[in-house]
Amino acid sequence: MTSKFVLKLYVTGQTPRTERAIQNLRRICEQSLGSQYQLFVIDVLEQPHLAEQERILATPTLIKELPLPVRRIIGDLSDTLKVLQGLDLPIPRTGGTQE
Amino acid sequence: MSHNPHQSAIEKLATGIGGFDLIANGGVPEGRTTLVSGTAGSAKTVFAAQFLAEGIRKHNEHGVFVTFEEPPSDIRRNMGSLGWDISTWEKEQRWVFVDASPQPGEEVMFAGSYDLGALLARIESAVRRIGARRLSMDSLGAIFTQFADGAVVRRELFRVASALKRMGVTAVMTGERTQEYGDIARYGVEEFVADNVIILRNVLEDEKRRRTIEILKFRGTSHQKGEFPFTIMSGEGMVVIPLSAIELKQRSSDIRVTSGNVELDHMCGGGFFRDSILLVSGATGTGKTLMTTEFMAGGVRRGERCLLFAFEESREQLFRNATGWGVDFEQMEHDGLLRVVCEYPETAGLEDHLIAMKKIITDFRPNRVAVDSLSALERVSTIRGFREFVISLTSFIKHQEIAGMFTATTPSLMGGESVTETHISTLTDSIILLRYVEMYGEMRRGLTVLKMRGSMHDKDIREFTIDNRGMHIGRPFRQVTGILSGNPIHITPGEIDRLSGLFGDDGNAGQG
Repeated sequence: MTSKFVLKLYVTGQTPRTERAIQNLRRICEQSLGSQYQLFVIDVLEQPHLAEQERILATPTLIKELPLPVRRIIGDLSDTLKVLQGLDLPIPRTGGTQE
Repeated sequence: MSHNPHQSAIEKLATGIGGFDLIANGGVPEGRTTLVSGTAGSAKTVFAAQFLAEGIRKHNEHGVFVTFEEPPSDIRRNMGSLGWDISTWEKEQRWVFVDASPQPGEEVMFAGSYDLGALLARIESAVRRIGARRLSMDSLGAIFTQFADGAVVRRELFRVASALKRMGVTAVMTGERTQEYGDIARYGVEEFVADNVIILRNVLEDEKRRRTIEILKFRGTSHQKGEFPFTIMSGEGMVVIPLSAIELKQRSSDIRVTSGNVELDHMCGGGFFRDSILLVSGATGTGKTLMTTEFMAGGVRRGERCLLFAFEESREQLFRNATGWGVDFEQMEHDGLLRVVCEYPETAGLEDHLIAMKKIITDFRPNRVAVDSLSALERVSTIRGFREFVISLTSFIKHQEIAGMFTATTPSLMGGESVTETHISTLTDSIILLRYVEMYGEMRRGLTVLKMRGSMHDKDIREFTIDNRGMHIGRPFRQVTGILSGNPIHITPGEIDRLSGLFGDDGNAGQG
């Protein structure tokens, strides 16, 4: 990976779903990106104006700001394959059947 | 002012939407969510926006508009054409958008379970920031298309509704319907806001569009039942026409006013009643416009303010006719006692005519009003819409202590009843028929007071003539029978005496 990833994860409070999303994301990033990423976790209950700015409706929502194109992934990120697709990351051979 | 939502008595919040609070017996249930459902183009967004606009304009209550469909810029522009300056209200922190409209060109993927916690957080934050008492969400259907999992959306909307209730916010949510008469809403959204449901319809009936509003249910509190017509006017927004439902407790007095014709006053037992509506029915050219002209002139002579709505003739023609009968409309208008409003019926829908007419009546404050003719207005409406129009106009006029005269045109020259007459004869207090009578190769004119509620009246069919001083009512047609049915039969004087003998002399008895 040449360019650094900037990821923002919008969550609502300290819920099990929030915890799951953070854990899933960290696992995927560490496996595929090593340390080449920055992750910001934003709690919309504490900073609703940021959710307003980004027009977030669902939580958790992950926004990949860099590298372009900007992309949104909604959910607790338990579907690893979808997350990798969304982040434009290569899919490990064991993971899928195509690409 | 907050109140306990668990209290048994549900209070109403006056929406301020024209006419709506009357059919809603005060307004929408306060602190609750009301679903407003309708097909595409049924004015749901207008209702949702007006709910907030009237709150700001009339009650100084702030509002949050959550949009799932159109971006705020579109709503600002569209509602601007109705006369609401949303941008200014936003600057004043009285109106806030929560923009949940889809963003074009942005890819969204789904990877696992989610909720709409951010939406709820944004709504709560917006409500707190401006101290909102009202909230509108438009439309629920659009949020279902943004999120694939319908069950999640339903559950989350339920959470939003309960959060709003907790905050004491009165909310309106709009929902889509696929048919005018079918399920309440698509996606089964009614299940969680089913406490209160309002249906908006936009039905094509006899090639004419008809908008109606129906309150389907208000849980635990009352409302008027059935469909009520409404219209959308520039500068006003939605205006509901509450019809007779609330207006049937009219005053009625026994104060008499002149018809403008001494002989006719005599036939009616001393003139028309002030708070009554009189229908004049007759074929074209029988003298209906003359009667309205005399009715106006009679009022002006007594210093009354008179208002004439003319839908058949141009102003010039009307004034020329009047002059021909010795009435100077020009001078009367100049003196400020008369106002003549000429309109083509086709310029607007009947609901719009009604609202415009009510406004003119309210502004001019006349003592008497004439409409010439109702039949012309009937052309631009459905039978049902027309009946509602007449009911609404009649009760409005009676409420103002105004004497009213409507005319109706019969299709056949010699007799029979007019279409208009059949639809509205029960709504008017008095009916006068004008007829052509064929007598030995000559067309003469006849007049009779068919009905006069609450008064003795002349039962004769009298002949009348028209000259440059107006209408002159003469003797009864004693030698003709069958005038009203359009088949006059001439009978001999001997036969008349024999018939009179059969029934005795009941010339002036009875009432309408």
